[in-house]
Amino acid sequence: MASSEFTWSCSVPNATKVIQMGHGGGGRLTHQLIDRIFQPVFSNPLLNAQHDGAILPFGNIELAFSTDSYVVQPLFFPGGDIGSLSIHGTVNDLAMCGAKPLYLSASFILEEGFALDQLQKITESMQRTALATGINIVTGDTKVVDRGHGDGLYITTSGIGQIVSKFPISPMSIQPGDAILLSGDIGRHGVTILAARGQLSFETDLISDCADLSRPVLALLQAGIEVHCLRDLTRGGLATAAIELSQKSHLHFLLDEKSIEVGEDVQSCCELLGLNPLYIANEGRFICFVKAEECEKAISILQSHPVSARTHRIGTVREHHPNGLVTAKGIFNSEKVLDMLSGEQLPRIC
Amino acid sequence: MKFVDEYRNTKVVEQLANALSNQLTKNWVIMEICGGQTNAFLRFGLDQFLQGKIELIHGPGCPVCVTAVDTIDKILYLAMQPDIILCTFGDMMRVPGSRYDLWTVKASGADIRVIYAPMDALAIARQNPDKKIILFAIGFETTAPATALSIIVAKKEKIKNFFILSAHVKVPAALKHILNSPGHRLQGILAAGHVCTVMGYQEYKPIASKYGIPITVTGFEPFDLLYGIYRCVYQLENGMCEVENNYSRVVKEEGNHAARQLIEEVYVTIPQRWRGIGEIPDSGLDLSKEYSDFDAKKHFKLESIQTSNQLPQLATDSICIAGAILQGIQKPFQCPAFAKECTPDHPLGAPMVSSEGACAAYYRYRKSQNFELTGKG
Repeated sequence: MASSEFTWSCSVPNATKVIQMGHGGGGRLTHQLIDRIFQPVFSNPLLNAQHDGAILPFGNIELAFSTDSYVVQPLFFPGGDIGSLSIHGTVNDLAMCGAKPLYLSASFILEEGFALDQLQKITESMQRTALATGINIVTGDTKVVDRGHGDGLYITTSGIGQIVSKFPISPMSIQPGDAILLSGDIGRHGVTILAARGQLSFETDLISDCADLSRPVLALLQAGIEVHCLRDLTRGGLATAAIELSQKSHLHFLLDEKSIEVGEDVQSCCELLGLNPLYIANEGRFICFVKAEECEKAISILQSHPVSARTHRIGTVREHHPNGLVTAKGIFNSEKVLDMLSGEQLPRIC
Repeated sequence: MKFVDEYRNTKVVEQLANALSNQLTKNWVIMEICGGQTNAFLRFGLDQFLQGKIELIHGPGCPVCVTAVDTIDKILYLAMQPDIILCTFGDMMRVPGSRYDLWTVKASGADIRVIYAPMDALAIARQNPDKKIILFAIGFETTAPATALSIIVAKKEKIKNFFILSAHVKVPAALKHILNSPGHRLQGILAAGHVCTVMGYQEYKPIASKYGIPITVTGFEPFDLLYGIYRCVYQLENGMCEVENNYSRVVKEEGNHAARQLIEEVYVTIPQRWRGIGEIPDSGLDLSKEYSDFDAKKHFKLESIQTSNQLPQLATDSICIAGAILQGIQKPFQCPAFAKECTPDHPLGAPMVSSEGACAAYYRYRKSQNFELTGKG
C-alpha cells in the first residue's frame, strides 16, 4: 500500500488546561508551569536566578533560603520515611547553594483519621535527622483536611543556611572545561519507592540513598576547591538536572555513560520495566562542576565521606551552546542527545 | 548484569561488525519488526556498524502506536463513566485519541490506574467489588497470554466486575499485509524475539518461502541485533530465504506451549484496525464466546456508542505521516512535522508517543540539536 493511499492522520491533542500528574514530574511540564505561571507573576532578580534556593544578601553575609514539599507514598520506605526525606531534601537544597544549613521550618497537612502513632514516628524521625545534620527545626504549622482530601500527611520544610562558598555557586558560574563529578551510583531512591509501593511483582533488597549531602559539600568548600555549581539529582534524576543546568548556563555538557554507575539491582529493575536510570530520582546524590585542574583533589575529598565515597568524573563541560545541550557517549562511543522528559517516566509494555 | 553484559561486550560486538562488513557486497534493506528493536538500535548507536550499506526499516511492532483511534476514544469514554476503574499499561497513558489522552481524562476525575501486569487489574477488581474494572488490554502475542490468564482466573473465581477491552494484535498478519503492499522495499526481516518466545516461528516459514525473503528471529541486545542482521545478510548474499532462529537462548521453534494454550483457550482471531494502516485480516485477538461475559465491548455495548458525538473531533492534521512510518515506507525525519510541530510533548501521531514508537526513538536518540539522526534513510 503506497503512502498516498493513507487518509489517516492524528489530530493534535488539546493543550492541557488542567494540572496533570506530569506537571509534578520535574520534566518539561514542570518547567512550563514555572515559566508560564509562577515566574512571570512572581518575577524578581532573586527568583529569576532559578537555583535550588535563593541567595539573599544580609549585612555582610549571604543567606541561602529554600523550600520543598514532600508527598511521598508510602510514608515509610527502606532507607527512610517522609520525615527524614523532608529534612534531607531541604538541607541538601541549601548545601547545593554552597551554604551551611542552619534552621528549618516544618508545616504539616494532616488528613482526618491519620494515626497519631504514625505522626509520632515521623516527627521523631525528623528530629533524629535534624540532630544528625546539625540543624534545628525552629518553627512550624499544622493544618487538618477532611478524610479523603490528603494522602495521610504532607510535609513542607523551608530552610535557611549561611553561604560559606568563596565563589558564587550557580549555573552561570559553570565554565567550558569544567569537570563534572557524580557522587555515587544513581536511581536507588526512585526504584526503592516503586518497589515499596508494592506495584512490582518482584521483591528487591534496595534501600533508598536518602542522605545528608551537606558534609561532603562543606568539606569541598572549606578546602577552597573552586566549585562552580552543585545540583542534587532529585526528581527527574541525573539527566534532568544536567539538562536544566546546561540550559541555564548555555553550555554543552558531554557525559560518558560508561562512567555513570548504576547498581546491578537498579539496572535489573530498569531493564525489566523499560525505565532509564538517568531519569530516576535520587535523594542522596549530586553532581558537582569543578575547575578541571582541581578535579582529582575534589574527588579525593568527596570520596572520604561515606555518602559520596564512590564519586568520580562523569563528564566535561564543552563549548557555548545557545540553548544548552547535554550529550552522552554510550558503550559503543556513539553520542546522543539527552532530552528532558515531558512528565513522568512510564513503564514500557514489552 | 548477568545475561545482559555478555551481549553488550564491545569487543565481541566489534568483531561481529567486522564479520558483517566482510560479507557485504551490496546494499540491503532490512526491517526490524519490533519497536523494542528499533529503540535498542538507536539507543546503542548500532547504525555505525552498518557501513551505510544496510538500510533499516522500522516495522509496526509498537502495540501502543497501532491501537486504533476509535478504540482509544471508546476507552476514554468508558473511563469517564461513573463507578469505573480503568487499568492500563503506562505507555498507553499519553497516546492521543481523536481529542484527549488518558492523562487528560484522569486529571478530569476518571479513576485510571497504571498497572504492570493484567493480574494487578484483577486484584483491583477483588478490592473494589462495587466498581467495574476495565482492563485496556493491548500488546502483541507477548502480552496476550497474561491477559488471558487474568480472564481465566476471573472466571474461576466468579468475579463479575472485571472486563477486558481487547486490542491485542498479531504480528504475522501485519507482516503479510506489508509484504503484500506493492510499495514495500523489504529484502530481509528481523522477527521480534519476544513474540517468537511465545508463538515460536513455525508460522513464519510459509511467509519466507512465499515472499522469498529471509526471516531471522532476533533478540534485543546489541550482539543479538547485529547477529540477526549478520545472518540475514548472509542469507541475502547467498540467495537464501529461510527462517532462522538467532535468539535460541530464549526462543523455541514451537514457542511456549503453556502461553499458546492460554491464547487458544481465551481468544478468537478477528480482523483488526491498525492505527495508520487500516484493517488487516486475521490480525486481532478478541474474547471467545466462552469468555464473552468479560468482554467490555459487549457489556458496555460499545458498538452502539458513537464516540465522535461524545468527543468532537478536532480538525485533523494532515502533516503527520504516521501511517507511512508504521509500514516502513518513510522514516521519521522525512516527516515535515518531525521535531518541529511534533515532539514527545506534543505528539501529532502515535509513533511519537510511546517509547517504542519509531518517531520517539529517533527523537530521543538524535545525535545533535540539529536533528542529525542515527539510522540513515
